[in-house]
Amino acid sequence: MQKQTADAAARPAVTSRTSNLVQSAMAACLGIFVIGFVGFSHLEVVHNAAHDVRHANAFPCH
Amino acid sequence: MRRMTFVMPTPSPATEGRHHMFRAIVFSAVPVGIITGIAITLMQMVGTEPLILKAETYENAGPAVPDAAPPAEHTHAAGTPAHDHAASSAEGEGHDAAGHDHGEGWAPADGFERTAYTLGANVLTAIGYSLVLTALLSMTNVVHGWRTGLFFGVAGFASVMLAPMVGLPPELPGSPAAALAARQTWWIATALATAAGIGLLVLRRESWSAVLAVILIAAPHVVGAPLPPAGEEPLAPLELERRFIVVATVTSFVFWALLGALSGTFLKRLSPSA
Repeated sequence: MQKQTADAAARPAVTSRTSNLVQSAMAACLGIFVIGFVGFSHLEVVHNAAHDVRHANAFPCH
Repeated sequence: MRRMTFVMPTPSPATEGRHHMFRAIVFSAVPVGIITGIAITLMQMVGTEPLILKAETYENAGPAVPDAAPPAEHTHAAGTPAHDHAASSAEGEGHDAAGHDHGEGWAPADGFERTAYTLGANVLTAIGYSLVLTALLSMTNVVHGWRTGLFFGVAGFASVMLAPMVGLPPELPGSPAAALAARQTWWIATALATAAGIGLLVLRRESWSAVLAVILIAAPHVVGAPLPPAGEEPLAPLELERRFIVVATVTSFVFWALLGALSGTFLKRLSPSA
């Protein structure tokens, strides 16, 4: 734990910023995947389960 | 070495926690999505849901065309390609091919089961949108908090509700529409272009970015959304359709205001670099 803290402190701030950006981008991609599955899947079962939500959110339906 | 377990941010966030932005965003988005999903399901139960159920009675009754076979008899396996019924049946039945048949495949039973799946879908949608919104919040150099989150939420509402509904308004079951894939492509492109345009307007100071923003926001509507086939009418009355558009839009606005404000609040509390 001590070594980890020292390493992190020694790293330039720009590395930390890049790391944050990459991690944020990963989180955004995960979110887009979830929305795509619920709102845009062509699978009949997924469509029927989320039917009313698709209509209410104006996702293209049917 | 990064710890792989999900734990709350450590007491020394400035040094260690900065490498856990992904975790902070997920920890923020999940509770925000659950709260927003529950709240919006309650709103939908008194708002959009009764209108959808009423429209389905018109949809199930089918188009009022004399001599046409009852729509209930027209079922085919999921995945059957679009085909022309006019050749084999009365002309009026072509409308059913453009709509869809809830009899195909599994669907939740009306009542509790249907509401439960709607709740699940709402929570998942809210978590997904909150993940994106919180990620964008954390990427920009803005002060985190409920007010910034609320502003991002309004921008989200403009991007994924207002802009797409100019070309593809919220529809009740039984409304004629163009091919699904074409509408989805236009919807996604419009949402992305609008979000990018708003981002450019708000985050950049150069004049070229303002020009580009205006072009990005206008372009999808110049291209135009895929239109429903000519000559087809919605099965539900116009008055029902209009009410649905208003209720769905207002519900969506509340969804985004809540999602944004909560996302900003949670990110501020959980952000490792705050």
